[in-house]
Amino acid sequence: MHELPVTESILKIVLDYAQKNQAAFVTDISLTIGSLSSIVDDSIQFYWDFVSQGTICENAKLHFNRVTATLECLDCGTTYSLEEELTPCPSCSGINVIILSGEEFHIDHIEIIKEETNNDETTR
Amino acid sequence: MKQRVEIVKRILDANDRLAQNNQAILEQHHVYAINLMASPGAGKTSFILETIKRLPAGIKLGVIEGDTAPVTIDADKIVAAGMPAVQINTGGECHLDANMIEMALAELPLEDLNLIIVENVGNLICPAAFRLGTHANVLIASIPEGDDKPYKYPNIYCGLDVLIINKIDLLPYVDFRMDYFRQGVEMLNPGLQTFALSAKTGEGFDAWIDWLTAKVTAK
Repeated sequence: MHELPVTESILKIVLDYAQKNQAAFVTDISLTIGSLSSIVDDSIQFYWDFVSQGTICENAKLHFNRVTATLECLDCGTTYSLEEELTPCPSCSGINVIILSGEEFHIDHIEIIKEETNNDETTR
Repeated sequence: MKQRVEIVKRILDANDRLAQNNQAILEQHHVYAINLMASPGAGKTSFILETIKRLPAGIKLGVIEGDTAPVTIDADKIVAAGMPAVQINTGGECHLDANMIEMALAELPLEDLNLIIVENVGNLICPAAFRLGTHANVLIASIPEGDDKPYKYPNIYCGLDVLIINKIDLLPYVDFRMDYFRQGVEMLNPGLQTFALSAKTGEGFDAWIDWLTAKVTAK
């Protein structure tokens, strides 16, 4: 539901890193989003096509690395993943659990095409 | 030449930094602030009004009201109760963010206050993602909403500092399994500070007021 401000935030961070690295274009953006973060990929893609227009990120491909929510039961050590709803440990019905993954919500990396530079000799 | 640039940054990093800034402003004025979240109809405004009524005389409270539409019903009620209130119309957005809070703080007489309650937009999904810079995330869960909410909205329960179970006067009339509800909460947030109360009858309010008073006095 709040994917527009999220998408604008992605654009801002990506533009910042792209400029720092003298990018002419950004071609790919990798995002890691845990299933507990309530973010819908399709909505981000929808807003992305809109907010990235006219920037060096236009046409960049979004890659979603979806992380399923996994819990560990501290009573019996079972690790299990959540489908939709929160459930107690499937082995011992214990509720003494910790969340191992599923809360991720970050940008991993981007791929850029560098600007043409004429100081190649300095990088040799 | 294609090049990979590592980022590994939280997507809402800019909001988080603004939230830190808000907290610094609050600290500077020795103001304790809570972010009050709930579904629509859980009783946020009546809970705030009852809290205002019961707070010790020395505590000066300000309220930031988040609403999705430009209606001032909730803010009017707070002002009628004698407390300064700032209304934020989110223009349809489903949550408050740190930037909105920064603007609202500028409109409140911080030097005269020692407590701020931010009434977030009624929603169990989006407010969980946006830090505001307040000191405590408080959720009101109400009995008629049902006992399955921690299981369906785990994210908001994970980030809580305090849970209010409101409308306990309705327990005899609703199929609400308190044990089942509390089990879900315990899985997500072990040992969470919880107050079961009724803003209508006042039952259970004393413990909440004592807790809040202690937090405010410590600032």
